Amino acid sequence: MRHYLDHAATTPLRPEARDAWLDASEMVGNASSTHGAGQDARRLLEEARERSAAVLDCDPIEVVFTSGGTESINLALQGLWQARPVGTDAIVMPEAEHHATVDTIEALVAAGAVLRAVPVFRTAAIDGRVFADQLPGAALATALVANNEAGTINDAAELASSAAQALVPLHLDAVSALGHLPLSFRGLRGDAPDALGLVAMSVAGHKIGAPVGVGALVVARTARLSALLRGGAQQRGLRAGTQDVAGAAAFATALELAESERESETTRLAAMRDRLVDGILTRVPQAELLGDSSRRLPGNAHILFPGAVGESLLFLLDTAGIAASTGSACQAGVAEPSHVVMAMGRSEQDARSVLRFSLGRTSTDADIDAVLAAIADAYARASGSGSAARS
Amino acid sequence: MSGGVDSAVAAARAVEAGHDVVGVHLALSRAGGTLRTGSRGCCTIEDALDARRAADLLGIPFYVWDFSERFREDVIADFVSEYQAGRTPNPCMRCNEKIKFAALLDRAIELGFDAVCTGHYATLIPTDAGLELHRAADNAKDQSYVLGVLTADQLAHTYFPLGTTPSKAVVRAEAEARGLSVAQKPDSHDICFIPDGDTRGWLAEKVGTATGEVVDRSGAVVGSHEGAHAFTVGQRRGLKLGVPAADGKPRFVLEVRPVSNTVVVGPKEALATREISGGRFSWAGAAPEDAEFSCDVQIRAHSEPEPARAFVSADEVRVVPDRPLDGVAPGQTAVLYVGTRVLGQFTIDRTVSAVPVDA
Repeated sequence: MRHYLDHAATTPLRPEARDAWLDASEMVGNASSTHGAGQDARRLLEEARERSAAVLDCDPIEVVFTSGGTESINLALQGLWQARPVGTDAIVMPEAEHHATVDTIEALVAAGAVLRAVPVFRTAAIDGRVFADQLPGAALATALVANNEAGTINDAAELASSAAQALVPLHLDAVSALGHLPLSFRGLRGDAPDALGLVAMSVAGHKIGAPVGVGALVVARTARLSALLRGGAQQRGLRAGTQDVAGAAAFATALELAESERESETTRLAAMRDRLVDGILTRVPQAELLGDSSRRLPGNAHILFPGAVGESLLFLLDTAGIAASTGSACQAGVAEPSHVVMAMGRSEQDARSVLRFSLGRTSTDADIDAVLAAIADAYARASGSGSAARS
Repeated sequence: MSGGVDSAVAAARAVEAGHDVVGVHLALSRAGGTLRTGSRGCCTIEDALDARRAADLLGIPFYVWDFSERFREDVIADFVSEYQAGRTPNPCMRCNEKIKFAALLDRAIELGFDAVCTGHYATLIPTDAGLELHRAADNAKDQSYVLGVLTADQLAHTYFPLGTTPSKAVVRAEAEARGLSVAQKPDSHDICFIPDGDTRGWLAEKVGTATGEVVDRSGAVVGSHEGAHAFTVGQRRGLKLGVPAADGKPRFVLEVRPVSNTVVVGPKEALATREISGGRFSWAGAAPEDAEFSCDVQIRAHSEPEPARAFVSADEVRVVPDRPLDGVAPGQTAVLYVGTRVLGQFTIDRTVSAVPVDA
């Protein structure tokens, strides 16, 4: 019996989303074709767009379907950069962003952008005051709505308001927040001037039970953003390519379901997560919950196991049928120490000793029980204090 | 599982023998490449993928474990410092000694495993007196030399399924038969962390260059070089000598003196070594009972074993070969054999020339 506690990495495909995909895939027709078959496909696509816009609280024309969170983030950052006002060259980026952001901005810096880094607090929360201070004159700013590793929820409304006041375009990475937090693009944008303040927001389908391979970038009507993919006029010319009608249908279905159960799921997941955390801290007194203790994603438990080799912990849990994550990206085959954990002020060694458990739609109490049954022994072995009897 | 055919077949045999096997690829170098560009060096991302696919085929779990920091400290740093000290290191010995059968083995045991299994060509033979490490059946592939640094404790937790296989060709055929995609993958050679094979260039980057003198045994300057660390005893190539030898014969590196950044050269005959000794030694089993005994000594991974007398004290092992050895560099490992059995090894600290200086 496997226990999956890595929903932040991906979560099971919702049956309804699968059915929506299968239904839509039955029809043939390129949504850009002018004939009847194309029109049918187009109708389905635009219905999906409208449904998605209703959940994300934006205009349908502001929904740009992409291949997922990474593409959305790349499109937003590179797109805003390419279309930046003359004379601006700075990018405001907090220090604990996802690698899609970090790596993209690294490439932009190599191409001449100037990085204005914003520290995060020990909880991984963005320092809103420093963020605001760094904004004036910047070409663009970006921020996580909620930290994908630590689970900490940022004050997106404050960040968006600061950007509007400073007259800087803002991108919000809502990939890990979607389905867990209320997200209103319209609300966050407020009455920011054209092309300024919140102008773009990234979301990904497979985090909420849609298939891998579909996501969206919400792009404000007035945003100045260049396309990444060229080769057609689809989607306001912002994202060329034959549109994935089936993917969009599945995504819209998943969005609606995720939103409809968001409040009840939040309560359910938070209760299980709290039991998980309490149970781990009881069995492993040396362990420490990282991130904000109250303002955190309901299913996220980000825990430091001092002195334990993260790789070993993962292995032992895996052997016990439990899937979790170290939350760090795999670079060149080697798990790098998490830059997020280090941005939270921890040592490189600590950054290698953190596990992220994340709950989701299919999580049950049995999953929690399994972790609690295995964690003490796993910690003992992984920290070298296990009984390694070598003659 | 390096991604090579040997470790893939070793894993397959371990599974077939009924063991509970987990495949592990060691990430040892942070600066690794992505694609395999040749057979030098190891282990690119593509190598890791080859290892993963072999594990997939065998139906065993697969992990990539990061020992890059330990590797940097125990193997790479040692490699550089040995060259800086004028010695010729053997990083594969250090890796076996400190990483594969130490750091990795320690972790494996902590995680509940019994042994580390590799594709090395060597044989373990249990006897009443304990486990013995022996050469592989195929002399051409025998890798008992690089395992000579293992202790009895380590050997008790190793497993070498390929040792008794008659030849590499048989291993490749078996890989083919099992459907392993790496069946015809070329063997990697040279140093795994210097994929382009340019050790001198790599060292120059780490250690820098410094012009120094090349002298003959009388002290006369016969040329210059860009860093003594780039030279090894017995080396002939790379010597840019302005003054030819009086006898017109080629000259070889006899000695590297790092403190003065000097390289000493001389004729081939001067390479003859009549005694080697060292203070860092280990036994692949119980220590020998006699203080003096006959054995065979091998000073390179693929050189002929030479009959010799060994003299063991508390502080050092001294070996006098029956015939002089050629071009022995301090820092190399001398492995002692009795028949096919590995007795132990020592790192060569001191060599005594068979030829007087003014000859």
